[in-house]
Amino acid sequence: MLPVLQVGPLAIQLPGLLLLAGVWLASSVIEKQAPRLKLSSAILSNMIFLGLVVGLVSARIGYALRYLNVYLENPLSLLALNPTTLAPAEGALSGMLAALIYARRKGLPLWGTLDALAPGLAVFSLALGFSHLASGDAFGAPADLPWAIELWGARRHPSQVYEVLLAGVVLGVILEARLRAPFPGFLFLGWMVLAAASRLSLEAFRGDSVIVLGAVRLAQLLSLGLLLAGLLGLHLRARQTVRHPG
Amino acid sequence: MQSLVDDWVARPGRWFPIMGVTLALGLAWIWVSAVPAEATTGGQIPSPREGFLAPDFTLELLGGGEVTLSELRGKGVVINLWASWCPPCRAEMPAIQQVYEKAKGRGLAVLAVNTTFQDSERDAAAFIQELGLTFLVPLDRDGTVSRQYQLRALPSTFFVDREGVIRKVIIGGPMSEATIQTAVEEILEQDG
Repeated sequence: MLPVLQVGPLAIQLPGLLLLAGVWLASSVIEKQAPRLKLSSAILSNMIFLGLVVGLVSARIGYALRYLNVYLENPLSLLALNPTTLAPAEGALSGMLAALIYARRKGLPLWGTLDALAPGLAVFSLALGFSHLASGDAFGAPADLPWAIELWGARRHPSQVYEVLLAGVVLGVILEARLRAPFPGFLFLGWMVLAAASRLSLEAFRGDSVIVLGAVRLAQLLSLGLLLAGLLGLHLRARQTVRHPG
Repeated sequence: MQSLVDDWVARPGRWFPIMGVTLALGLAWIWVSAVPAEATTGGQIPSPREGFLAPDFTLELLGGGEVTLSELRGKGVVINLWASWCPPCRAEMPAIQQVYEKAKGRGLAVLAVNTTFQDSERDAAAFIQELGLTFLVPLDRDGTVSRQYQLRALPSTFFVDREGVIRKVIIGGPMSEATIQTAVEEILEQDG
């Protein structure tokens, strides 16, 4: 395990704890954006709360559906406080959907709301990096470098450290750009572009990449797609702003 | 300066050259960082995994003494990580005991590794005594073994064959006696 993680009895819970801290910090950062973007901070915070609750419940149900037999035998395990028995993708998707529906019904503007989310997402990405650092997930490719770390039985790229550093830079840029966004949607799309670019570059140093087409890292293909989609989005938003100023 | 930047990003036409350059650089980077599929673990933690050597460890035992996994080479070993406050862990213990009694003559060892760093040694001892469990109970006091074995959920059980290779991993429980029995048959296959 990572030498920096010799923190005694907390070692195991640390990744989850960091994620939890990330969620909390992210949502408080998001709520702080409300006044500047002229959004109701009560509605915004309800939206986040709803998204989190629906996300958490769906993540557990999604996980239980995968192991239906086990949960039919022990239905009470549905309530277990175990963060490892969650299905993250299902949870994230339903949480976002619920938040989106709520936002539409409350008449929140789409781009303004997404802009409010951007700094929070950047904060959460940073927390995710620290959580990877603690758990040893998202580990690097074997490498013989002066700064390589010993992990999972090999000297490897400290990919989690790269991840934290780059997420810190992205957060800095987003916080700086927050006050000078030229059009609604700029901040969110900007975050999407930076996050995708980070993943695209860092994936090259990972030792756990899923490989497709014989040699290509899947995450890089997806990131490049998202990166281009983000840039296209910026173009479209800029064009719309030029056509309908104000 | 600020208004210059703002002007610049607000011009729709500016984004096309950026997209072109991004696409070219992105594809080049993907090309540079391409590796054969065998070079990565395809999303998995390298160990503990089925087909890989079980990470070795030495731990103190409940009631004194210590045990080293590699010294049990030649026996089939069931490594079960548990805690006394975990209901499914408690529920599967009698079944493990039954299988152990039936198969210990054929070279089965059970290491019920207590995750002591998140449990109390006294509760663990009381539970073992209450159920009259007779297999070894190593104490993972600082969480080292739980980290080595990537503990994600309690209980987690690793079935290790006579060569020290992990043959089956069961995350979560409780396991039925049949589940344990079939896995044990698999690791005891070759006669020691």
